[in-house]
Amino acid sequence: MGAVKGFMEHGRETPKGRDVKDRLKDWKEVYHEMPGIKYKDQGARCMECGVPFCQSNTGCPLGNMIPDWNDMVYRDRWEDALAYMSKTNNFPEFTGRVCPAPCEGACVLGITEPAVTIRNIEEKIAEEGFSRGLIKPSPPQKRTGKKIAIVGSGPAGLAAADQLNKVGHNVVVFEKDNRIGGLLMYGIPNFKLEKEIVLRRIDVMQKEGVEFKPNSHVGENVKIEDLQNDYDAVILCGGAQQPRDLPVEGRDLDGIHYAMDFLPQQTKRLQGDTIPEAEAITAKDKNVLIIGGGDTGSDCLGTSLRQGAKKVDQFELLPAPPESRAEGNPWPNWPQIYRVSSSHEEAIDEVRDFCVMTKKFSGKDGNVHKVHAVKIEFGDPDPKTGRPQINEIPNSEFELQVDLVLLAMGFLGPIRGGMIEQLGVDLDGRGNVACDKNKMTSVPGVFVAGDMTRGQSLIVWAIAEGREAARGVDEYLMGSTILPHSEFLSV
Amino acid sequence: MKYSGFPKKQGLYDPEFEKDSCGVGFVVHMDGKSSHQTVIDGLEILKKLEHRGACGSDPLTGDGAGILIQIPHKFFKKVSSDIGIDLPEKGQYGAGLIFLSQDQARRDASVKIFEGSLAVEDLKLLGWRDVPVDNTTIGVGAREVEPVMRQVFVGTTREMESDELERALFSVRKFTTHHIRDVGLNDDESFYLCSLSSKTFVYKGQLMCDQLETYFLDLKDPDMETALALAHSRYSTNTFPSWSRAQPFRMLAHNGEINTVRGNKNWMHARQAHFVAPLFKDIKKTFPVIKPGMSDSSDFDHALEMLYLGGRSLAHSVMMMIPEPWSFHQTMSQEKKDFYEFHASMMEPWDGPASIAFTDGEVIGAVLDRNGLRPSRYYVTKDRTVIMASEVGVLPVDEANIEYKGRLQPGKMFLVDLKEGRIIADEEIKSQICSQKPYGQWIKDKQINLEDLPTPSSTFKSDLETLSQRQKVFGYTVEDAKIILAPMVEKAMEATGSMGNDTPLAVMSEKPQLIFNYFKQLFAQVTNPAIDSIREMLVMSMEATLGKELNLLEESPDHCKKLKIQEAVLTYEEMEKIRRLDQPWFKSHTIDTLFLAAAGDEGLKKGVEHICQEASKAIENGATILILSDKKMDSENAPIPSLLATSAIHHHLLRETTRTDVGLVVETGEAREMMHFALLIGYGAGAIYPYLAYETIDKMIKDGVYVSGVDFDTAVKNFVTSTRKGLFKIIAKMGISTIRSYRGAQIFEAVGLNQSVIDRYFTGTPSRVEGIGLEAIAKESLIRHRRAFTESGVASQIMDLGGNYHWRRGEEKHMLNPDAVATLQHAVRSGDYQLYKKFSQVSDEINTRNCALRGLLKFKKTNPIPIDEVESVEEITKRFCTGAMSIGSISREAHETLAIAMNRLGGRSNTGEGGEDSVRYIPDANGDSRRSKIKQVASGRFGVTSYYLANADELQIKVAQGAKPGEGGQLPGHKVSEYIAKLRNSTPGVGLISPPPHHDIYSIEDLQQLIYDLHNGNPTADVSVKLVAEVGVGTVAAGVSKAHSDGVLIAGHDGGTGASPQTSIKHAGLPWELGLAETQQVLVLNDLRGRIRVQVDGQLKTGRDVVIGGILGADEFGFSTTALVSLGCILMRKCHLNTCSVGVATQNPELRKKFSGKPEYVVNQFRFIAQEVREIMADLGIRKFKDLIGRVELLDAEDAVDHWKQKGIDYANILHKPDVPEEIAIHHVTTQDHTNVREVLDKEIIEKAKPALESSEKVQLEFPIGNTNRTVGAQLSYQISKKHGEEGLPENTICIKFKGSAGQSFGAFLAPGVTFELSGDANDYVGKGLSGGNVIIYPPVESTIVPEENIIAGNVLLYGATAGKVYMRGIVGERFAVRNSGAHAVVEGVGDHGCEYMTGGLVVVLGRTGRNFAAGMSGGIAYVWDKNKEFEVNCNFGRVDLVPVEEDEDIETLKTMIQDHLKYTKSTVAQDVLNRWEEILPQFIKVYPREYRKVLEERKKKRMQESLEEVA
Repeated sequence: MGAVKGFMEHGRETPKGRDVKDRLKDWKEVYHEMPGIKYKDQGARCMECGVPFCQSNTGCPLGNMIPDWNDMVYRDRWEDALAYMSKTNNFPEFTGRVCPAPCEGACVLGITEPAVTIRNIEEKIAEEGFSRGLIKPSPPQKRTGKKIAIVGSGPAGLAAADQLNKVGHNVVVFEKDNRIGGLLMYGIPNFKLEKEIVLRRIDVMQKEGVEFKPNSHVGENVKIEDLQNDYDAVILCGGAQQPRDLPVEGRDLDGIHYAMDFLPQQTKRLQGDTIPEAEAITAKDKNVLIIGGGDTGSDCLGTSLRQGAKKVDQFELLPAPPESRAEGNPWPNWPQIYRVSSSHEEAIDEVRDFCVMTKKFSGKDGNVHKVHAVKIEFGDPDPKTGRPQINEIPNSEFELQVDLVLLAMGFLGPIRGGMIEQLGVDLDGRGNVACDKNKMTSVPGVFVAGDMTRGQSLIVWAIAEGREAARGVDEYLMGSTILPHSEFLSV
Repeated sequence: MKYSGFPKKQGLYDPEFEKDSCGVGFVVHMDGKSSHQTVIDGLEILKKLEHRGACGSDPLTGDGAGILIQIPHKFFKKVSSDIGIDLPEKGQYGAGLIFLSQDQARRDASVKIFEGSLAVEDLKLLGWRDVPVDNTTIGVGAREVEPVMRQVFVGTTREMESDELERALFSVRKFTTHHIRDVGLNDDESFYLCSLSSKTFVYKGQLMCDQLETYFLDLKDPDMETALALAHSRYSTNTFPSWSRAQPFRMLAHNGEINTVRGNKNWMHARQAHFVAPLFKDIKKTFPVIKPGMSDSSDFDHALEMLYLGGRSLAHSVMMMIPEPWSFHQTMSQEKKDFYEFHASMMEPWDGPASIAFTDGEVIGAVLDRNGLRPSRYYVTKDRTVIMASEVGVLPVDEANIEYKGRLQPGKMFLVDLKEGRIIADEEIKSQICSQKPYGQWIKDKQINLEDLPTPSSTFKSDLETLSQRQKVFGYTVEDAKIILAPMVEKAMEATGSMGNDTPLAVMSEKPQLIFNYFKQLFAQVTNPAIDSIREMLVMSMEATLGKELNLLEESPDHCKKLKIQEAVLTYEEMEKIRRLDQPWFKSHTIDTLFLAAAGDEGLKKGVEHICQEASKAIENGATILILSDKKMDSENAPIPSLLATSAIHHHLLRETTRTDVGLVVETGEAREMMHFALLIGYGAGAIYPYLAYETIDKMIKDGVYVSGVDFDTAVKNFVTSTRKGLFKIIAKMGISTIRSYRGAQIFEAVGLNQSVIDRYFTGTPSRVEGIGLEAIAKESLIRHRRAFTESGVASQIMDLGGNYHWRRGEEKHMLNPDAVATLQHAVRSGDYQLYKKFSQVSDEINTRNCALRGLLKFKKTNPIPIDEVESVEEITKRFCTGAMSIGSISREAHETLAIAMNRLGGRSNTGEGGEDSVRYIPDANGDSRRSKIKQVASGRFGVTSYYLANADELQIKVAQGAKPGEGGQLPGHKVSEYIAKLRNSTPGVGLISPPPHHDIYSIEDLQQLIYDLHNGNPTADVSVKLVAEVGVGTVAAGVSKAHSDGVLIAGHDGGTGASPQTSIKHAGLPWELGLAETQQVLVLNDLRGRIRVQVDGQLKTGRDVVIGGILGADEFGFSTTALVSLGCILMRKCHLNTCSVGVATQNPELRKKFSGKPEYVVNQFRFIAQEVREIMADLGIRKFKDLIGRVELLDAEDAVDHWKQKGIDYANILHKPDVPEEIAIHHVTTQDHTNVREVLDKEIIEKAKPALESSEKVQLEFPIGNTNRTVGAQLSYQISKKHGEEGLPENTICIKFKGSAGQSFGAFLAPGVTFELSGDANDYVGKGLSGGNVIIYPPVESTIVPEENIIAGNVLLYGATAGKVYMRGIVGERFAVRNSGAHAVVEGVGDHGCEYMTGGLVVVLGRTGRNFAAGMSGGIAYVWDKNKEFEVNCNFGRVDLVPVEEDEDIETLKTMIQDHLKYTKSTVAQDVLNRWEEILPQFIKVYPREYRKVLEERKKKRMQESLEEVA
């Protein structure tokens, strides 16, 4: 046995972000460097539970072998740690940076003490893997001769591609944008995930034989029938890109944008692209309002601050979560508690306003000028929907002066036109692409993975989805497969 | 019920597992003077041993009693002439009592066969005699199957020597018996010859002791004369009348049990084929040597008879069968060692607790097993009579007439030779036998030691290149390396784990299993004791020989021409040495145990056939050692599972009768843990070379992962050491002490293998639910094999994680997985029944369904009723208990919370084995009570005092526990806090040991005695016995019911909360479904069910579990794991590390603060379960829970099971309902008869001691006492504890003088304020649980014996004593002051294992000690007068230091104790010591436990410092 008393001897230690003043000056990762942390001690804090909830369905969706690689880190066995990591997770360098880490919410130590720093250890294992040259191109020994097209190069598409390539299939990934990576490239700002990290992985995959086709928008400039004809199987990994709108008065005013129109532009600029003046959205010297209190909202905040916004506000419909777990939110469920993201650290004052409903926008010169909002409270659940009723608080109406409004209220599933329509795949009740347990859609030979079938979700889920679809495809093409199940999805 | 003999095998009942035990005694006149008085004395002995026997549901039907005497020639002459038979001279004819069938035709047919077989042996029929009997007093059950009693006289047709005549009679008896069976008559019922001899005669039957003389009218005839009488009173675990199982047998009477009997029988069967016996006309006619279907005692009798009639002396034959432990014996003569070593090449010991009295009519003797587990005491009188029995006091003897009082010692023999007219001492008999041949020279000349063979030139090399591939083929996982191998190689220790086993049975698992996992270890419970292989190492032996055996009936130098090995697990060098053997007698041949992977399951079948044929051929070609090797495994050839290969060849050769021509060595990549080695040996392997384990270890060391600080050679050495220790533990669990006896003994039960696999390859192994066949076994091997050879790329170089010990996503299923744990916690905390239903649904439909036998059962559709007609939640929760978890294993907080919850519910919580804080006996202010209703009495007896007993509603004797049946426990010093030490009467910081057996239960009649003790210790409390499911548990439960236990608990193998060795958690014990159903069936068959409550536990979680348990026969239900989960346990499985992060299973004060459980949670949990039970009852149309108990017709096996393995499971045996009349109860309806507890000497004492009890007035009393006055003092102590609490009365308030031979447990639990003075002697267990009272024993004034050379009291005295003083003027038996934690005692000599496991108190021994003194002694002090400077050899230095008595404090203590001894006993020894104090003092040795010394010295230092500081 390893460190039986590690958790009694060491406290939790996580990387400190760079100084706020410094980091607002650049676009580099907030936690870019992680000096000083004794990973051995942090690994030793893991109790190697008899029942590790971090792997359970409230924990890591990939079923990462967390206790085992923690133990390896404690024993300074980075290569083994990476090997166990690689069994379940194709891209620990991504999840180690941007996963909200439900594993830590389910960590058994978390019942009585701060949880084990699982995510940091994961990132470290990945980085050690790269820096020690352990993660290197290792193309398959044999090729099966089967060709697979993957539509979308986000985490689901990449995971599926990686798995399928490893078992010897020829994989081509089609990406509508000008760069590979999907959400990883354009959905997450650099200060959370530097694009070199994404490109580093793409490079490995390319060298292993995966072919990437950017600027290939299936359904637009690439015909889906061609893919069906030219390839032995197709996997749709197009994500859930239909944003939720806010249909209130004044919505058509200029200066009101979806977050996903705003965030990618910044990444493109940083990657050296030029954004035409007419399309450019920037927060510089503006009063910015972000509507939506989730991760995307935080990303808009961090980006706006770096762009030099005059002032930023953020509305959230729901009430502020409690500081610690509420009674109805027991361990090992995801702790719905008040969190301060790195972007919120960067804002000098609290920018968030909870229980706010946006009533309308009013403009000046065609541009948004004011937002009119009201405070609300939640009543008893509606007997029909089961959702709590929203009641406006009388006389709590207020206005704010705004120049730029960013809508970050989540996504409603895949974009329904184009490829999906052309294929004629069945959709489920929520408008996502339906599939069977092998991830095959109603169209034979066409599979689906990630947010496109699951709806808006986490990167880990997307990777799990991609792996499961790869398994389905391999079995479909070869009759059997040695690719592992992602247990969660089959339950 | 009327059974003629035993019922047939049915359901889970198998007569094979019937057990019996008993009291045994003999009386003999040394000069061979015959008299009728000897018969009368023999019968009197029986009556005095009545309490060691038993009776069944019918109080008049005994289990059997009998007497063996010399041929009463005078009487026979008289009665035969009356019926016209002219008897020849004494010794010229044979006679025997025969049980004949009640059926005329069968009787005639049998008699005809018998008469027809006489002529061949030159014998002739002299005539038959009807034996007059009076059956009016015997029980109905016995009478219904009473045989027709006849006696036969057989003469000779030519002159014969006495021995020749005996052989002829023997041959006829054997031949007739076998022939009768062969023609289809049940021999025991048609024709059972109690004996047929010219020297001895046996009267016996299904009788109670006092019925023997009234039944057999012959016995009253004054002409019935004999010089010896051997008597036996039987206690069987069943109530089935069986006249033939009564003892004595032809040559012996046995008290105890032979644990290795299955192997012994198999080996004997193989050996008989090689018998050459010129003394016999045709020895083959007498085969089989061992008649099938008889008891172990009978089997032993058969084997002994064969060896004896084969030409050896009786003593020699006995020495072969029950050798002393000789290998580590420091003082044994070389000659004797040579004798034993030589015979070890010929035969394995018959291992197990035994007191055997044997006779051929000319000599009579007795022998004790090597560990001295049965009592045997004797008196030699001045008028030349020897009385020997399980107890003293069995015959009235004038003390002045006694010349000597002795006891039989472990491994020692006692022999009275009537011709020579003297007792021959052990040393004399043995040295005479040992010197009859030059055994030492023979060994030197012929035997080869493995270590003496030339060292091979090659050295061990791992093939790291293909390692991970091969690991995959053999199913290695990271857990194997990390959990199993690491502690073995790093510390030479076995792996430890916690929280039981919640993974699927092998047959239910979706993962391919190693065939090892289909077997479960059996273990000793009640009918025989487990051995402590660590503390009683001296009896254990790993030595063995490999090679060809010769004719057992002869001996020659070549008989030991074999290879001797020291360890069962071989190193590389040792394996190579064997591989290279190539000369006549020592020739090895390697068989590749592989099969063609491409040929699938047919391939496996063919492969096995092929290796069996190859084995036969190799033997023909002169091989004496077969190496079964899977080393050549490759992509085309898959390995045959090593156990299958071994057992298949073993049984093939047994069938071919060539098995004893070869030894088997298994070279396999598969074996790596204790269980694997145990199985391979248990099915015939002589040695194992686990090459892949070594390679894996090599890799671990090279990588520096999981192990550090050892090099490869040390690692291998540690590995071998740990397997030796592990194997010892596994065999000791069954009470077996030598690996030679274990080899082929098949001490396992299979679960999930079908009958054809069993019959063909594992012949004789119980397997009761069918299961997979050879196809699935092949498939499991091939899945691994294929994967290993196809998988590449993705992580192919790393091992699978396993998930067998710990839950891991995607690996083996666990019933307590994250979902189950979290949902249950959420439900009980929120009080949300719907959430609980979510938990129970997942539990029942997924988790249990995938893991446990009950998963595949379903309720039959019946007529439902509205739920409000079903009895209430409150009624049902009364049936719930929490399991025995000691405060020590779990935190005080958790322990008390459980107690409060159970008391609120009207259920019962259990103290576990660590005692209970007496403050908890007083209710809390809010009305809650923290008192546990069930108080456990376990082998450590921690905290068991009169006061503790008095505060129980139920006293539970823990015989075994699910997580580690047959094993003891250890609480490491760091867990013994101040508080824990206080509760356990021990010293903080000093580790505590619970022995594997209860040292007062080595046998069923001992259990009866302990039950009796506890009933006396608290006459108002119920007593229950906790057993663990295994094949035969039903018969043990029947024995428990007959022993007047009010309850019996059947625990499943899978429960368990504390720490246990992994091999036990995973591989010992059986599912409760089997154990409970068997218990129910056997109790009902015996009509013993109605009077006993049956409880079940083991992974119970939901209402469905409870209802299925009820239907299979349980009245009550125990929960442990899930109750802890409700309190916050999250199955960390770290209980053994004291690092429980939620404060449940830890004593660490910081961690205990984190405990967040509340009684409400447990209350919610059990109310939810009860509510769910009600819902199911409503569906089943059952209003009262009792109405579903035992109603197996309400259950059905799930049909349409499509799982490739599960579909082979057959529930017919589990769902069997014995066909009994309606009036036979199938659930608990009545109470046990406790008349014998009400009618005791204590009643009179209590009456007369009233002034003391009521107003603490001093009382002095006197009583005569006899051996049937048992447990005297316990009820008196109960009264004191009830009235005066823990403190009791002031010293000497009640002083009682007794005179006579006190019965067992004299002064048990004696409370403070009582002093017992006994003039006479005492039996076993004096001062058991002594709680503050005093016991003084000395010989009567009229006695002329030299007290310090004579035995004054028996074995296992002061067991678990906590306080009080004891002075005994004489020598006492084995295991004196075992687990004493506070009593002070002075004795004048002790037997073996003195002061074993002692944790406190003071012992002075003014005389010799036996061997193994102070084994496991962790506290207290012993002062031994080492007059002859021999103590060092006899002391076990495991935990103690020996220091001179020099400190003032010590001298003072010692002197005072000796002075007191003198004062109370008038000991001349004490007087002498005190007279020569200065001279003798230096001869005293202080036995000082190391840990204890450290703690005391630290305390002293601290005290000094404190006083220095004060001064300063």
